[in-house]
Order: sequence, then structure tokens, then C-alpha cells
Amino acid sequence: MIAVIDYKAGNLTSVVKALKFLDVHDMVVTQSPEEVLRAEKIVLPGVGHFQATQLLKDLGLTEAVRESIAKGTPFLGICVGLQWLYEGSTEAPETEGLGHFASQCERFPAVYQGADLKSPHVGWNSLEQIRPDSRLLRGVANGAFVYFTHSWRAPVSADTAAVTNYGGAFTSAVERGNVMGVQFHPEKSAEVGLRVLRNFVEL
Amino acid sequence: MLTKRIIACLDVRGGRVVKGVQFVDIIDAGDPAELAHRHAAAGADEVVLLDITATHEGRGTLLETVRRAAAKLFVPFTVGGGVRTAEDAEAVFTAGADKVSINSAAIARPELIGEIGASFGAQAVIVAIDARRGERGAEDAEVYISGGRKPTGRRVVEWAREAEARGAGEILLTSMDADGMRTGFDCELTAAVSEAVQIPVIASGGAGSAQHFVDVFGRGKADAALAASIFHFGVTDSRELKAQLAQSGVSVRLPC
Repeated sequence: MIAVIDYKAGNLTSVVKALKFLDVHDMVVTQSPEEVLRAEKIVLPGVGHFQATQLLKDLGLTEAVRESIAKGTPFLGICVGLQWLYEGSTEAPETEGLGHFASQCERFPAVYQGADLKSPHVGWNSLEQIRPDSRLLRGVANGAFVYFTHSWRAPVSADTAAVTNYGGAFTSAVERGNVMGVQFHPEKSAEVGLRVLRNFVEL
Repeated sequence: MLTKRIIACLDVRGGRVVKGVQFVDIIDAGDPAELAHRHAAAGADEVVLLDITATHEGRGTLLETVRRAAAKLFVPFTVGGGVRTAEDAEAVFTAGADKVSINSAAIARPELIGEIGASFGAQAVIVAIDARRGERGAEDAEVYISGGRKPTGRRVVEWAREAEARGAGEILLTSMDADGMRTGFDCELTAAVSEAVQIPVIASGGAGSAQHFVDVFGRGKADAALAASIFHFGVTDSRELKAQLAQSGVSVRLPC
């Protein structure tokens, strides 16, 4: 069973729709820590403000996810769901992330290499330097395009599975063992995105 | 590299896609859900569905249309026309839209921008601006509402700045002067708005050839461009348009 966590951040419809399209029928959309603990896989969608992730802690979901991850349950965070895997975000400094990956998410700079940089970063950009051992990005080619919409991003580290260049390189996919995240929206990234979701579903 | 987006636009009336011929006669061009899929399959980066009549009794039809179109659409999907309240927006999102486009309602009550953004995120709110300038400079272009029928006395660049400050995620800028003329986008106006705001600007109105897109992405500084009738005039689909743009050095999503 796949648990899709509902923490009232943006719209879950498109993620659920994409999973259904991939023939995932054993799925619950939930706010229950018990259901998260029972799940074979966990998806944390998200779009919007980092502040919204405060609800995860308040509902006891942060601890449930921590426990599930520790016992090896595959976890996929999308957009703000990826950012939540880090220690936090300057978007909502008082709200703690899971801290599974070190460092903070920060806003795109207003100026990069002497030119104004628009923010949010909206549109189709490419995945680069895809780590060959990434299970999430298996079969996805370097240079493949995916859809982004965000103003904060995670820094590049050893756990980065792919980078994207906008105002410098940032982490567009992160993966260590069973814990994975994507800054882009796989549910809105046509064939490439469906491939990523299928990879996760088939883990 | 962030690519320039080609957005396919479907005008819907009474649950069917329509297109104007010589600006007056409206002919039936097909089922919105089917055409949305066809555009996505043909390489469009996004699909926009605009309910051009947005009549009250049509609301149910529209939501059902959105549901059907969204069911198997895996590119960003925007719905506009008749969204007047946060509740209207919520119904459209629940039906499967990723973004809503608001126009007259945002002018009437600018707080609406922030209200929708608070629940669904700024990225989900597109403020559409219909602009007319005639012989005036781009800085003096005026905002029109009610499907281009009513002047507001507001300047386009200022309204775009306010919309951004109130939390709009993108601006959809339509030049009423250029619309339907197929003589090219209003690059001067698009650049004026694009330079005034930090958020992406989608150019609309006037597309007649691939070169017009090259111009609006270059001189016009647009982040995206909307195409509707161009696909009926010599360019068959987004993929072909993008191939031509790539040859002219515009960064686009290819293969797609």
C-alpha cells in the first residue's frame, strides 16, 4: 500500500491521478501516523509554502515518517516534500524539516552573475549530472526536461542524484538508500515524470 | 537551461472548443478533453483552457470538462474564465487544474489574488491582463476587463506590479491591439511588463509565424508564449514550432 500524505499543502489531485494512471490502486491519502507506519511506500507531495510542513509535526507524522524510513520504507518527497527532508528552509525558519539531509534550503538569488534572476523558477528545465546508481532516475537521460515551479531550492551535496542549473546548480533530485526527493513535479513532467514515478512505484 | 514555454490555448464555449474565423464566425473545433491531450502529445509545454463565455449555467459543464481533460493530462493545466471567488478556484483545482487564470475578478477585488494563493500557493495563480494601447507608448497601455469590453483607466505596467505584490505567480499578457492580427506579438509592451516584474510573463495575441515567437522571446523578454490559432495557419503543432525556434537559437523543450 502506498500512503500519500495529505498536509493541506496545495493540490494532491495531480499526484494521485498520476499514480492511478500507473495502475497503483492500493493507495491511501492520509493524515494518520498509523497508516503511514503501515505503508509499504510513502509519498509526500507539496507545492506552496514551507510553513505548511509544520502540520506534519503537529499531527505526529514527522515521527511516523522517521520510524518508517528507519525500517527501510521507500519515501518520495516532491517539491516542498523534497525540501522538508533537509534541516529547514529560510522560507519559514521557525519550522523544522526532517533533517535527513544536512543543510538549509535557500531562496534563489535576485541577481546571478550580474544579471537579474527571475523567481519563481517556473517551467521546463533539464536534469544534469544524473548519478548512475540512482534508482529513482533509472532510464532517465542527462538533459531530460522536467517541470519546476519554486522559489527555494536545496544545495548540492554528496546525496544529490541530479542537478539543475538556474542561478547556479541546485539539487533537483536527492537520493540516499530508501529516501528520495525531487524538486520538480513528476506528475506534471510528461513521459519523463511518469518514468520517475514508475521507478518509485516499482522499487 | 530553463526553456521558453509554448502554451496551447483552448477557447471553450458551452463545453466545446471554438475558434473564430475572421474574428466573427465561431466554428466548432472539437472536444476540449480530446484536444488538450492532442496538444500535450504534440509537444505543448502546458495547456490552458479558457471558458470564453463563462456563463453561470455553463459552470457545471466546465468543471466536468476540466475533470475529463485533466484525467490523463501530465503537463501543467490552467483553467480560466468565470473564476470570481476563492470557492470558484477551489472547485476548478479539485476538478484537476494546476493553475487558475483570473482577470476581471482580480481588478474588481485584488485581494482575490492573495486569497487563492494562500490556499493553493502563488504558483497556482495567473493574473491575466488584457491590454490596449493604440498609438500610445507601452508604458501607457491600459487594462481592459470583461472580455476586452470595458476600459479600467489603469495602466498595465502598474497593475502587473500590483498583481505581483499581491502574490500572483505569473502574468498572462494579451495585447488586444495585436490579437487576431497575426502580425506578431506586441514585443515592446511585453518587454515593458517583463522588466517591471520578477514573475514570469506569458505573451499572448498576434502570433502568426514562428518568427513572431523568436521575436517575443528575444526582444519581448517573454518567458512563455500562448498559441491558439497559429496551429491552424501553417504551423501544425508545438513540436514543429519548437523545431523552428530551436533552429533560431531559442532554448525549448526538445525532444518532447
